[in-house]
This record gives sequence, C-alpha cells and structure tokens, in this order.
Amino acid sequence: MNFPFLSVITFTPLVAALLILLLPAQRKNEARAVALGAAVIALLLSFCVYFNYDQAAGGYQFIEKYNWLPALGISLYFGVDGMSTPLVLLTGVVMFTGVLISWGDDDKRVMAGIQDRPREFFAFLFILAWGVFGVFVSLDLFMLFFFYEIAVFPMYLLIAIWGWVVTREYAAMKLTLYLFLGSVISLVGVLIMYWVQYQNTGVLSFDMLEMEKAGFSQTFQNIWFLPVFLGFAVLGGIWPFHNWSPDGHVAAPTAVSMFHAGVLMKLGAFAALRVGIMLLPQGAVTWKWLIMFFAAVAVVYGAYIAFVQTDFKYMVGFSSVSHMGLVMLGFSTLNREGLLGSGLQMFSHGVMTALFFAVVGMIYDRAHTRQIPELGGMNKVMSFAAIGFIIGGLVSMGMPGFSGFVAEFPIFLGVWREQWLVAVISSISIVITAAYIMRNIRQVFFSDLPEKLDGHLTDVTVLDKVAITTLCLFMILIGLFPGFMVPMVETGVENILRLLGGT
Amino acid sequence: MNFIDTHLLSLTLFLPSIAAIFMLLLPNGNDKLTRWFAFGVSLIPFLLSLVMWSRFDPGQPGFQFEESYVWYEAIGSSLHLGVDGLSLTMVLLTTLLTPLAILASFSITDRVKPYMMLFLLLETGMLGVFMALDLLIFFVFWEVGLVPMYFLINQWGSANRNYASLKFLIYTMGGSLGLLLAIQMLGVLFGTYDLLTLYQRWNSLVPGSLLLGLPVQTVKTIAFWAFAIAFTIKVPVWPFHTWLPDAHTEAPTAGSMILAGVLLKLGAYGFLRLILPLYPFEARVFAGALALLATAAIVFGAFGAYAQTDFKRLVAYSSVNHMGFVVLGIAAAGLAAGTADANIALNGAILQMFNHGLSAAGMFFLVGVIYERTHTRNLNEFGGLFPLVPVYGGILIFTSMASLGLPGLNGFISEFLVVRGAFPILTVYTAISMLGLLFTGAYILKGITKVLHGPLNEHWAHGEHKLTEISTREILVMAPLMALILWNGIWPAWILNVINKAVVMLF
Repeated sequence: MNFPFLSVITFTPLVAALLILLLPAQRKNEARAVALGAAVIALLLSFCVYFNYDQAAGGYQFIEKYNWLPALGISLYFGVDGMSTPLVLLTGVVMFTGVLISWGDDDKRVMAGIQDRPREFFAFLFILAWGVFGVFVSLDLFMLFFFYEIAVFPMYLLIAIWGWVVTREYAAMKLTLYLFLGSVISLVGVLIMYWVQYQNTGVLSFDMLEMEKAGFSQTFQNIWFLPVFLGFAVLGGIWPFHNWSPDGHVAAPTAVSMFHAGVLMKLGAFAALRVGIMLLPQGAVTWKWLIMFFAAVAVVYGAYIAFVQTDFKYMVGFSSVSHMGLVMLGFSTLNREGLLGSGLQMFSHGVMTALFFAVVGMIYDRAHTRQIPELGGMNKVMSFAAIGFIIGGLVSMGMPGFSGFVAEFPIFLGVWREQWLVAVISSISIVITAAYIMRNIRQVFFSDLPEKLDGHLTDVTVLDKVAITTLCLFMILIGLFPGFMVPMVETGVENILRLLGGT
Repeated sequence: MNFIDTHLLSLTLFLPSIAAIFMLLLPNGNDKLTRWFAFGVSLIPFLLSLVMWSRFDPGQPGFQFEESYVWYEAIGSSLHLGVDGLSLTMVLLTTLLTPLAILASFSITDRVKPYMMLFLLLETGMLGVFMALDLLIFFVFWEVGLVPMYFLINQWGSANRNYASLKFLIYTMGGSLGLLLAIQMLGVLFGTYDLLTLYQRWNSLVPGSLLLGLPVQTVKTIAFWAFAIAFTIKVPVWPFHTWLPDAHTEAPTAGSMILAGVLLKLGAYGFLRLILPLYPFEARVFAGALALLATAAIVFGAFGAYAQTDFKRLVAYSSVNHMGFVVLGIAAAGLAAGTADANIALNGAILQMFNHGLSAAGMFFLVGVIYERTHTRNLNEFGGLFPLVPVYGGILIFTSMASLGLPGLNGFISEFLVVRGAFPILTVYTAISMLGLLFTGAYILKGITKVLHGPLNEHWAHGEHKLTEISTREILVMAPLMALILWNGIWPAWILNVINKAVVMLF
C-alpha cells in the first residue's frame, strides 16, 4: 500500500532517458521500445494514482518526503491533490500517445515520426516529461522550481534540432528567452517568499504547505502576486505574453508540440495557481480583475487570430492561446465554479490539443505542407485521423457531450458571478471557434484532394490510430460522464477555497 | 418488462445512439445490411413511443414517465426526463419521421454507414430536447442535434452544400449563444437547472429588486430576448429565416424531411416549453412584436415561395409560411394567456407543428423523388408530367392540398384553430395573415401546375430520360404520412384530446 507511486512516476522518464542514451545509436527500434515501455509504466501508474486517490478524504495524498538539502530546508516532498492528480494522468496520456506517434514509419514517402536520431530525441523528451511530472507532484517550492526549469530547458534542443527547418532556431530561441525571463521573475518572487517565511518563522524551509499555513502579509502579497503569477503564466500562454507559444508550437516536431501545448502550458497555469494563487491568495483577490482582463482578451483575441490563420499548425497554436485563456479566466474568478472549470479545462484542453497537433503532424508528414488552402480531401486517405480531428474540433467548440463543454460551462458560471459582462464578451469566442474549426475541417478533410497530393498519401499507421483513439476516449468519457473527473477536481477546489477564505 | 416500463423514455432516447455505435461493428461494404439494420432499429423507438402514447394519461397533470439520473452534480444539473401531452406529440412525430427518413435514404449509395449513424445520432439529439426537464440537458441536446445535421448537409448535400451547411451551423450556434448565456445566468442565480424549480423561482423574483446590479425587469427582458432569438432562428421566423432555404435546398432528401419535419419544431417547442412558462409577463409585453414577425413570416414566406423557380426552395419557403402560424398562435397565447381563445390558438399551434411535420416531410420527399429521376429541381424544366407518372402525381397533389389547407386534410384543422383563436386577440395581424393564406394557395397551385400540368416537356417522355413511376419503397414512405394527413383531417380528436389537456393544464 505504501508503494512510492509519485516518485516512481516522476523518475521513470529519467531512468528511461538514461537507459535510452546507453543504447547504441543505430538501434533505433530498441530506443523506441524502451521509450514506449517507460511511457506505458508511467501511464499505468498515473491511472493507479488517479483511481486510488481518496476523494472523500481530499487534501494531499501519496505524500513522500526525502531530505535533499536539509541545511537550506529543501526536500524532495511529493504529494498530489484533486487539482494535480488529473494533470499527472494527463501527462501520462500525452507521454504515451506522444511516443506512439513519434515511432516512425519506414515508408520512404512518409517522413512520419522521428527518423533522425530517435535515441537522443526520446531521451530529451523524457527529461522533459520528468520535469513535468516533478512540477505536478512537488510540494516543495524549490523542487517545483527545479523541475520547472528541467521541463523548459529540453524544449530548446528538441525544437532547435528536430524542429521545422524554416523557423526552428528563431522559435527555439524566442521560446527559451521568453520562458526564462518569466521564470527568473518568478524565481525572485519564490526566493523572497522563502526569505520572508524564514523571517516570520525562523525556520529555513521551502515547504509549500507550511507557507500556506503561515501566510504572508497583505502588503507582501499585493506586491508579489503579480510578478509570481505572471512569471509562471507566461508558460501558460497568457496574453500579452503569449506570442512565443504559437511560434514554438509550429516549429516543434509533432510529439513536442503535443507535449508543449498539451502539458507544458498546463505547467505554467498550474504553477501560477499553485504558487501564485495558493500561496498568495490575498494578492490574488487584489489583482484578479487584471488577470480577468488579460484572460478575457486572450480568449477572444486568440480565437480571432486563430480564425485568420492559413497555416494549419498556427491555427491550432492560437486556438491553444484562446483555450488557455479560459483556464486563466477560471482562475481569475477565484470561486468554486471557475476553479472547477479551470481544473477540467486543463485536462480537456491538454487531451484535445495533443490530438490536434498529432493529426496536424500526420498530415504534414504526408502532404509536406501545412497551408490550409493547399490541403484537401484528407478524409479520403486518412478517415480515421479525420474523425479524430472532428471530435477534437467539437471539444474545442465547446459542443455539449464532449469534455470541452463540461469544462467551459462552469468557467462561464464562475465569471457570471464575478462580472457578467466578461462572460458575455468571452462567449463570442465560442462562435468564432466554431467558425474556424468547421471551415478548416471542411477545407482540409472534405474538399477535393489537390492533384499534387493525389497518390502520394498513405493512411495513418496503427500506432497513430491507437493514439487518436486513446485521446478521443477521454474527451467523450468526460463529456458524457462528468462524474469521472468532476468530483476529483472539486476536492482540489475545496482546498483552494479554504486558502482564499481562511485568511 | 419491468425494466422497459420504468425506463421507457431513456430507452427511446438512447437506443438510436447505442445502435449507431453498434453499427461500427457491422461489416463494411454491406450496404443492404446497414440500411435494413438502421431502419429496423429506428422502428423500436417508434414502437416504444406508441407504447407511451397508449399508457399516457392525458388527464393527469404534470409530467409522466419521469426519470432522473445524476449527470453533472457539481453545477446542479441532472438527466431529468419526462413528457406531457405537448412533448409526447413531438416525440411521436420524431420517432415516426426518423424511420421514414431512413427508408427514404435507401437510395443513398455513398458511405451508407456513416450516413445512417448520423441519422440515428440526430434522432437522439431531437428526442432529448423534447424529453428534457432540465434546462442544461435541454441545451445539450439542442446543440448536439446540430452536428449530425451539419455533416449530413455538408457531406451528402448538393452543389452549394459547403455554404449552406456552414450558414446553418453558424446561424444556429450564434442564435443559441444568447440562450447559453441566459441559461448560465439562471444557473448562477438558482444553482439548479431543473425546469419545474426554475418555473417557480424565476417567476417569484420580486419585481423592482436588483439582479446582477440591474433591475429584475431589465434582466428578464434581456433574457427573454436571448431565449426568443435562439428559438426564432430555429423556427425560423422572418427575418432570421435565410439559412433555411439554403440548408433545405442543399440537404439530402431525408435530411430536408427531418429538418422541416422535426428540427423546425424544436424552436416552436422552445417557445412553448420555456418562454411561455418562464416569461409570462414578457411574452405578453412583446406578443405584438412576435406576432408582427410571425405575420411577416407568413406573408413573405408565401411571396418568397411563389417567386421560386426551384421546386425545393419553393417547399422550403412554404415551411417559413406554415411555421409562421405556429408562432402566431404562440404570440396570441402569450398576449391572452389562460383565456379560451388563447387555448384554442395554442391547440392549433401545437397541432400545426405535428401536421406541418407530416406534410413538409412528405413534400420534401416528393421533391426528392422527382429530383432523383430528373436531376433537376428547376420548375421550368418540368411540365405536363401527370400522364407519365399518374401515381406520383396523385400523391403530390394530395400532399400539396394538405399543405394548402384543404378542408378534410390536416392543415386546415390546425390553421383554422390558430386563426380562430388568434383572431379575437390579435385581429389585425391575423387578418393580414389570412391574406397570406391566399398566397399559400397560389404558390402551391403554381408548383403543381409547373410540374404536373401544362404542355408536356418531351424531354422526359422518351429515351434515356424517360421518367419512371414512383417505386413501392417510395410509396411506403408516403403511405403512413398520407394516412395520418387524412386521419388528422377527418378525426383530429385522437390527438387534440391529448394536446388540449396539456394546454389547459400548462397555461
């Protein structure tokens, strides 16, 4: 019963990355197999955590604590609550599907998957996954920050080496600089919180639960909430600091885009919630109007920019800005419905956008173009991917019966409670999203197949189909039976509300 | 048997979807099996709704066959189903038209399996709206029905289908945006979406108090229009009707049948189920505006139909014209709720929903029959076809006459009831609408004349273009519709009894 689930989950990718690096470079398939094995283990374990989490008890569970640097009060302190458990599961799912679609196909016409140095690719990808798991389960502020940086750094290499030739250097540099700038600002905030905590209690500790308990003064919170929250939220793609994200998405190879939009953006949002809102709740109350403004702009503006894109991947990239804006919008309400919706939206958007990028990648690998006007008739060749994309599109539009609706509806309820005008304005994004999703589905999948592409295209592989099916199942499951995830997130929300109301 | 008794509604509702998923397992390429499977499955909800009809007690107030399941506890929404006389009539119409539409689609040869699956999913969407007693569930099904219809038009439609399907989707989704926001507001205010609770609590708000910083009356007025616009777009009422001729014209035949037969009724049903009980005051205040729009729909719909040279567009505009009477009846009922006249108008409106479902589905099918043979819908290319296809001609005339409102057929009864009920309440509008009725006669006769009478277009008489007679399968599609059209015209009491009791108890 006392199996150390969280540390095993967190370190599985690291061990796998090291194992993969030990393999000889030409043994591509072995590297892939190790990657898949590790992904399956992580996925199964995150399922175990998800289903063994005691929702009735709530709070932090699966707690593990190992001393790391006692002199400075740093420890490897793991635990999950109702907010982070779904995100651990999400990471498991995206990791598994990401490995599947990067497997690579020996067909010469298709540049599917990763053919070039898969060994290094998977190693870096798994270091990234290690960092991601670490952030979601860390209860130690230093460790959270440590893993956060671990997750950001491999992005640079993954994009710069395996990315889209045209923009990869530019995008990798832009992304890294943006994110480091954001995290440096957060780091300053984190260190000051550490210092103030020491001043208040006389104990050197990065323990976030202690910080929650002790609390900070109103003035301190007012001053430091914005830098800390926004510093992390940069990775969440919050407007006006979002513009690294579409470039990064587009330049990244498919699996990295999936990770990036599916999980990494949640990392930013989660860290902003965990450190910004939960440790500085009164600061959040003071500044929520500003966050709400930023988020509302992101929601509508992101949808509009996605609407005018002609590059398929940019369209998906900007749609992520719009949907992550909804997450931030839910955060900014600081009430039960809004936070519940944000928690669900993080999972729902993660699965949905991973599916989007997977399908876009499959199309690009075959058609070698992402210009929407140059694509067409893909349904004839890869109808399975088409159905997957349509389901993802319906989720994206917030169609009832799919997870997007279940997530977005409470966010809007939360916003109604705070400021109804924002709810009305943000809802415009639903129609814009429906318009661009439907228009692009029609153009890419159902118009006539361009002559240039005729005969050159192959169907997606079996592994791709497994990945698509896995992702779709989650979206439908949550859409039809919200009970699968809602009570879980509710327990996490209770915790946050307690912090907000308790001080 | 006990399980069926207690889950009558949920079985009817979800069987088509479950069957649609099951169809994935059927072998690919065996179109015949797929067709018959879809048809057979769609008969089960029809039989179940017949069972419902026979067990339904019209005299009992409130909803019957109620079922309630946990759905989204955190925000207070549950899968609460139930029917009264009004919704039962619509359920019967839906479950009747779906098998007929599937039978009508036997001529589809392109991707039969997804087509049939979409149709069955569509049936669930439509039935869900009629059965929902939870506002959020109502909205869920309201939106869910859009998706299969979009793809049916977009994938199996005719030349201009991309434009038409996107217009249909954006129009309806745009319209339901206001509905969504209003539902969210109600949810935030009351923490529940249960209709029966909302009826009470929303109406017991004290006038003059503040809501979201605005006077209650202002909020209610805005919310009323948010609901009303969503429903007027769906009905559709002039000036929100322009998506309809496009969608109808481009949709495959069976799609048009369902679109006109059931989907338009969703809008009218929304008025009856949500607007009249939730906004009795606003419905009275704005009844004039609604009646004006309805009259415009009746008159302009008729003019619009008369001006068409495309047979299918003519029938599409006739839907605008006929649904106008439904809205006119609703407007009259809103203005004078509770009076005998209002009840007559409402009876007429609901019966008109049922009747228009029969005749419009029939008309669209008949247009489809001739289009399949001639590949044209241009009225000027037909002419004098009666001698070539006498059976088809007879059926077309019969159905057209029902649409025209010939006494003895169903349209007459319901339109008469609407006009009789609305006349004392909204005299001027009703009078103008009756002039519109004159043009109904004109465009219907124009349609018949252009197709069946006049000089024979020799093109269809000989050789490879020789027009063939309506087939047995096609007659089988029409037969139940024609029987009901006649039956409702001669002895409407069987259905009016149920409708009337529901009207008296509801309003």
